[in-house]
Amino acid sequence: MKTSRVLAAALTGVLAVGLTACSSSSKKKSSDKGGDVTLSVVSLKPGSEKAAFDTFNAQIKQFEAQNPHIKLQPKEYEWKATTFAAQLAGGTLPTVFTIPFTDGKSLIERQQVADLNKQFQTLPYASQFNPTVIGAGKGANGDVYGLPTAAYGVGLQYNRTLFKQAGLDPDSPPTTWDEIRADAKQIADKTGQAGYAEMTQNATGGWMLTTLTYALGGRMESDDGKTATVNNPQTKAALQKLHDMRWDDKAMGSNFLYDWGSINQAFAAGKIGMYMGGSDVYTSLVQQNKIKPDDYGLAALPLDSSSSGSGILGGGTLAVVSTKASEAQKDAAVKWIDFYYMHKLTTQDGAQLDAKTLAAGKQPVGTPALPIFNKGLLDKYNGWISSYVNVPLPQMKSFTDGVFSQKLVSEPAAHTQELYTALDPVVQAVLTNKGANIDSLLDKANGDIQNILNRG
Amino acid sequence: MASAPPDVFDRQRTLVRRRSSNNSAPDASATPARRVRRSPLSWVRGGGLSTLIFLAPMLVVFGVFSWYPIVRAVVMSLQETNLATAAQWVGLQNFRHVLDDPLLGTAVRNTLYFTFLALVFGYPIPLVMAVLMSEVRKWRGLYSALAYLPVVVPPVVAVLLWKFFYDGSPTGVFNTVAGWFGLGPYPWLQSESTAMPSLVLEATWAAAGGTVIIYLAALLSVPPELYDAASVDGASTWRKVWHVTMPQLRGIMLITLILQLIGTAQVFLEPYLFTGGGPSNSTLTVLLLIYNYAFGNSLGGDYGAATALSVMLAGALAILSAVYFRLTRSWSTS
Repeated sequence: MKTSRVLAAALTGVLAVGLTACSSSSKKKSSDKGGDVTLSVVSLKPGSEKAAFDTFNAQIKQFEAQNPHIKLQPKEYEWKATTFAAQLAGGTLPTVFTIPFTDGKSLIERQQVADLNKQFQTLPYASQFNPTVIGAGKGANGDVYGLPTAAYGVGLQYNRTLFKQAGLDPDSPPTTWDEIRADAKQIADKTGQAGYAEMTQNATGGWMLTTLTYALGGRMESDDGKTATVNNPQTKAALQKLHDMRWDDKAMGSNFLYDWGSINQAFAAGKIGMYMGGSDVYTSLVQQNKIKPDDYGLAALPLDSSSSGSGILGGGTLAVVSTKASEAQKDAAVKWIDFYYMHKLTTQDGAQLDAKTLAAGKQPVGTPALPIFNKGLLDKYNGWISSYVNVPLPQMKSFTDGVFSQKLVSEPAAHTQELYTALDPVVQAVLTNKGANIDSLLDKANGDIQNILNRG
Repeated sequence: MASAPPDVFDRQRTLVRRRSSNNSAPDASATPARRVRRSPLSWVRGGGLSTLIFLAPMLVVFGVFSWYPIVRAVVMSLQETNLATAAQWVGLQNFRHVLDDPLLGTAVRNTLYFTFLALVFGYPIPLVMAVLMSEVRKWRGLYSALAYLPVVVPPVVAVLLWKFFYDGSPTGVFNTVAGWFGLGPYPWLQSESTAMPSLVLEATWAAAGGTVIIYLAALLSVPPELYDAASVDGASTWRKVWHVTMPQLRGIMLITLILQLIGTAQVFLEPYLFTGGGPSNSTLTVLLLIYNYAFGNSLGGDYGAATALSVMLAGALAILSAVYFRLTRSWSTS
């Protein structure tokens, strides 16, 4: 008995040592070796098609061939308001990752992303960025922490097939909010689908309410970000529009708890006639939701011409680097950002190589974007890639013709996501409770947001 | 046994001596058990070391994955941290912040409402099902399997499936069924008044199977003689259930009740996946609020408030359990 006890104890010890050894050996694998730099980078959104991953992997190989000392580790990633903080806190984000403009300032202020100014200044086009756009990636000290890789304006996404089924002309999308309301009702009556839908969850409700408020000429905060103004007349009018479409016209379907992912899914499935979304959403609709290209239409968002303040909400994506990155990793990171995100925007070779690779993988080329540098360079870029464009550009003509004459308005300056989150329940209340009192809902939300702003 | 080492006999003798001293306390002639101070060597020889070695993996697992996070959460509830830069001690500020939050009242009310509804539907249904199933002779195994099936379905899959059933349009699955009887269409998840009952319905469906199995096992262990005796006394089926079955199940029922209370007070999965707390915060529960503090806002990261509310919830549940067991101590044994 004694022998068996000693044996069992020894076995347990061996097992424990074995487990420890396993964990330490797996740690060793990821360390750098002999001057080589290992860099984890964002690949595509989870659930993207295999062809999209093949295309991405081809680009990884091109980069590694050009930079033999840099080893890339791609990681699937989708920015989501609900998971980003956990990923950031848990340290599970790749070294190079992307964030919306909305979060740039706060992350920089909290020192949660690395200062890339030294590396940024080595880029030949460092001084050519649109000042408003690069501003989204700058800290209070003027240093650049994030490089803008894409900019968009919100447009009106519409389903051409539903338009046709409802007896509407898909080549003449609505140009005023009254027309949107009338078309939405017609689609709902004729097809049984939602004529118009709105995002309401995970901070998207506030985001889209802000968009609609801007379109009508209102603002959610004072310019200095110190005073909340969400109970302004335009936001009230915006909510009244939604209320009327929902309750009087019954034109908004039966789901009022959409977020960005689920509204795209429903739209691609032909359940939604129109909704507001970023002009770049077509890429995701193809990669994630397999939309039929013939269904897709994009129009410029109607603005209230009687208001001088009306404009479209603009946003974009910043490429940033983890604070844990070493100097060598930061150097490599900016090289990767230059190669993968910027090269294709700034040089003919880069643009054409990227477009060619994407087109070969049957991925969207030519989705409408707003200029990161200037309109001239964007036009040049569109010329470089014109022979590879495979998105139905004529179906987006209303947007591309109209957007450059529209005023682009930045998102609210302070506590943007918190402001959006505080407005989600307001939008939900209007869409799910017929008797919701818009004035009191907005007054309460304004008080809550003011408290958040007061905290600084 | 002949080859057993002497220390085994020693322990057996000690045990016998302790038992005899306990059982015959009033007997003055009995020798009181003397506390023997054991040397490290005898501790090792007595099997102490191997006990510790076998216990070590469990201690490490509990320590690292349960006790350390609990202690860490209590510490974090007194700090302000974003987990990237150094934490600052802020005393009870996080607790004050949580108590001042108007959403706390909403979340507590919603959680109590969920608990109440889950108790009304979720507590008696498994009991009735188990009693009925214990009465049938044929196909009992099949019924048990069918009752347990929802528990086997992964919770996320179940919720996504029910989300599909709860489609608020007239062509939704439940609305189609309701339409056959001239009812509806109902908004289900899309209305402040019906969202919470819809969540409870799914949660009851998902959890009932486990409780049914527990009740069934308890029911089958009720001695048949008791029923025979009741039959001889002329008891009806209802009186047999009330006077034989129920008293025999009392201990189990008290345990399942407190487990259900603690479980429903921590409801998270259903509101998170079905509605995200909406519409208009009507399904925001305490645990979802904790999650929102920590992760809801992409930059929120208010881990101090999240852990402060967690500590408060844990405290409330501990007090509830203590009071519950104290109140029910007298009727937990038959």
